Amino acid sequence: MSGTRARVSGPDVNGSSADGAGVSGSDVSGTGVNGTGVKPSVTPGVRFGGVSFVWRPYVVLVTLLLAVATFLVFCLSISIGDFPIGLSRVMATIVGRGEQVDEFVIMDLRMPRAMAGLVVGVALGVSGALTQSIARNPLASPDILGITGGASAVAVCLVTVSGGAAAAVVSSVGLSAAALAGGLGTGLLVYFMAWRRGIDGFRLILIGISVSAVMEAITTWLLVTADVRDVARAQAWLVGSLDNRSWDEVWVALWCSLALLVVVMAVAFQFKPLHLGDDVAAGLGVRYSRVRAVLLLCAVLLAAVAVSAAGPVPFVALVAPQVAMRLARCPTPPLAASGLVGALLLIGADLTARTALPITLPVGVVTAAIGGPFLVYLLVRANLR
Amino acid sequence: MAAQYIIDAGPAVADGAAGAARLAAEDVTVGYGGRTVIDGLDVKIPPGVITTIIGPNGCGKSTLLRTLTRLLKPTAGTVVLDGEDIGRLKTRTVAKKLGLLPQAPVAPDGLTVADLVARGRHPHQSWLRQWSSDDADVVEKALAMTGVADLADRPVDSLSGGQRQRVWISMTLAQGTDLLLLDEPTTYLDLAHAIDVLDLVDDLHESGRTVVMVLHDLNLATRYSDNLVVMRDGAILAQGHPRDVITAELLEEAFGLRARVVDDPVGDRPLIVPIGRTHVRLD
Repeated sequence: MSGTRARVSGPDVNGSSADGAGVSGSDVSGTGVNGTGVKPSVTPGVRFGGVSFVWRPYVVLVTLLLAVATFLVFCLSISIGDFPIGLSRVMATIVGRGEQVDEFVIMDLRMPRAMAGLVVGVALGVSGALTQSIARNPLASPDILGITGGASAVAVCLVTVSGGAAAAVVSSVGLSAAALAGGLGTGLLVYFMAWRRGIDGFRLILIGISVSAVMEAITTWLLVTADVRDVARAQAWLVGSLDNRSWDEVWVALWCSLALLVVVMAVAFQFKPLHLGDDVAAGLGVRYSRVRAVLLLCAVLLAAVAVSAAGPVPFVALVAPQVAMRLARCPTPPLAASGLVGALLLIGADLTARTALPITLPVGVVTAAIGGPFLVYLLVRANLR
Repeated sequence: MAAQYIIDAGPAVADGAAGAARLAAEDVTVGYGGRTVIDGLDVKIPPGVITTIIGPNGCGKSTLLRTLTRLLKPTAGTVVLDGEDIGRLKTRTVAKKLGLLPQAPVAPDGLTVADLVARGRHPHQSWLRQWSSDDADVVEKALAMTGVADLADRPVDSLSGGQRQRVWISMTLAQGTDLLLLDEPTTYLDLAHAIDVLDLVDDLHESGRTVVMVLHDLNLATRYSDNLVVMRDGAILAQGHPRDVITAELLEEAFGLRARVVDDPVGDRPLIVPIGRTHVRLD
């Protein structure tokens, strides 16, 4: 081809260079001999008509098993209580074929709690997976990014400043709304402060930690100066709990989360190249700042919805994506599996808090107690390999 | 400006440069924040050859490459790809024509070679069509062509620097473009691996692709390119075939480097021998 250039043909430096196999678009008459003669194992795909997806049986299997496990724990959580109901009767009632005796206890008394656990767990898990992927850092979770702190500060402010007088207004629904607004406001504040011609993971985390610290200081200050009775109520909320959920609250959280998950699903395809860094993503034709802004907003909203529904349950959003990654053997947090692990962790922790211990604890205490050591175990196991 | 060094790329470049440039910068001004790095620069990338941008640190060579790949938006002027303003094209359309390898990219820990190269197919995929048999074929060919097929199942982070760079080039190949822009593809590589990667780049050129890259090593740039773009202070000092461009005067002017340009004992290109301070016998 090039008359001006002398090419030496002979063994390559590392013996691995291959010559001339054409790749789409600009084909050449080359021999196409691969240095080693090995047929590369490219991940297979599945196709239905015009629809095609990458086929990763292991990830699908793990996700299905997680879904089954979550459903079982969900049913178990309903079945166990002061008045035990058999698992089969719980499942029958859920699918609408139960007896009327069980229906009241299951659907009106216990279901809202289990459902809140499911929704909050999934929301936290997915939110954590998104923030960790966007920041390309496993430390980035809604807890670190100030969302939880902001929600807590606003909620505590509402409880303590309004005092007993406005107790009626500060019913649980008012508290949820305040927490939602606080979480969203702080999340956006952190995002815009971290914005400097793009979002940098470290900057996001550092600003998140700073804002969280300020919010915690405000919360502490409010608690110290407030009336003792208000403090007790505020503190009960601050630990995170699934107690006394009403269907109204659960429905709001459920529909908000579902709407957000649909958005996440729609954008998720554009999200994959972001794991390779901004420049590579841009090279692959992704408008990364827009995709990232949409997904980060979804993550903030999901976390805010979760906090408003159950209080600031710690650790789920941090641990669930990491656990899901290791269970599914994925290099990046898998969204569906992260959500399921979140739900499994939260409902399981709530069940443990209610039954296994002599005193009934708020779920937040248990998620931290279970989640922390499990993450450490996974890290240690990975180090030993 | 040393206009006397600017040599018309047409006759100087032997193979097929007669066609119109597929990629060109027209009077572009680029900067970061308030600081202007490149001011009113024009450059045409001749098709079918390897063009290498060289110049001292901070002269704006990476900035120029990033502007040509639409990673940076010029404050004035346009970058033209196949006759159209790159800023007005959809980024996905650009991605189907122009492959890009940024400097020292990082893959998530545990991502396998096959999966990384598969990501190169992204511009050709959609939400419903995420993985077709075409994609699998192209990825297989890209893996084979870069000689990393037998590493397909290995995590990228477990490979050596040279292998890793081959894998990233493989990903850019899977994108299926015949225009490749590589920002310092030999960064952090020892000489043997640098040569290995540049031989691969030359293979890609031989198979008909147009390559633009930024290199630090002047002798490697001289050996492996047909068209050199020499920059200083955000402007182009000289452009053309290495044999015509590389002179002791130019090196002095561009880099402030005292050097002697001699005949390469093994190649047909000039060889730059820098004159340092110690162990020099100047007679």
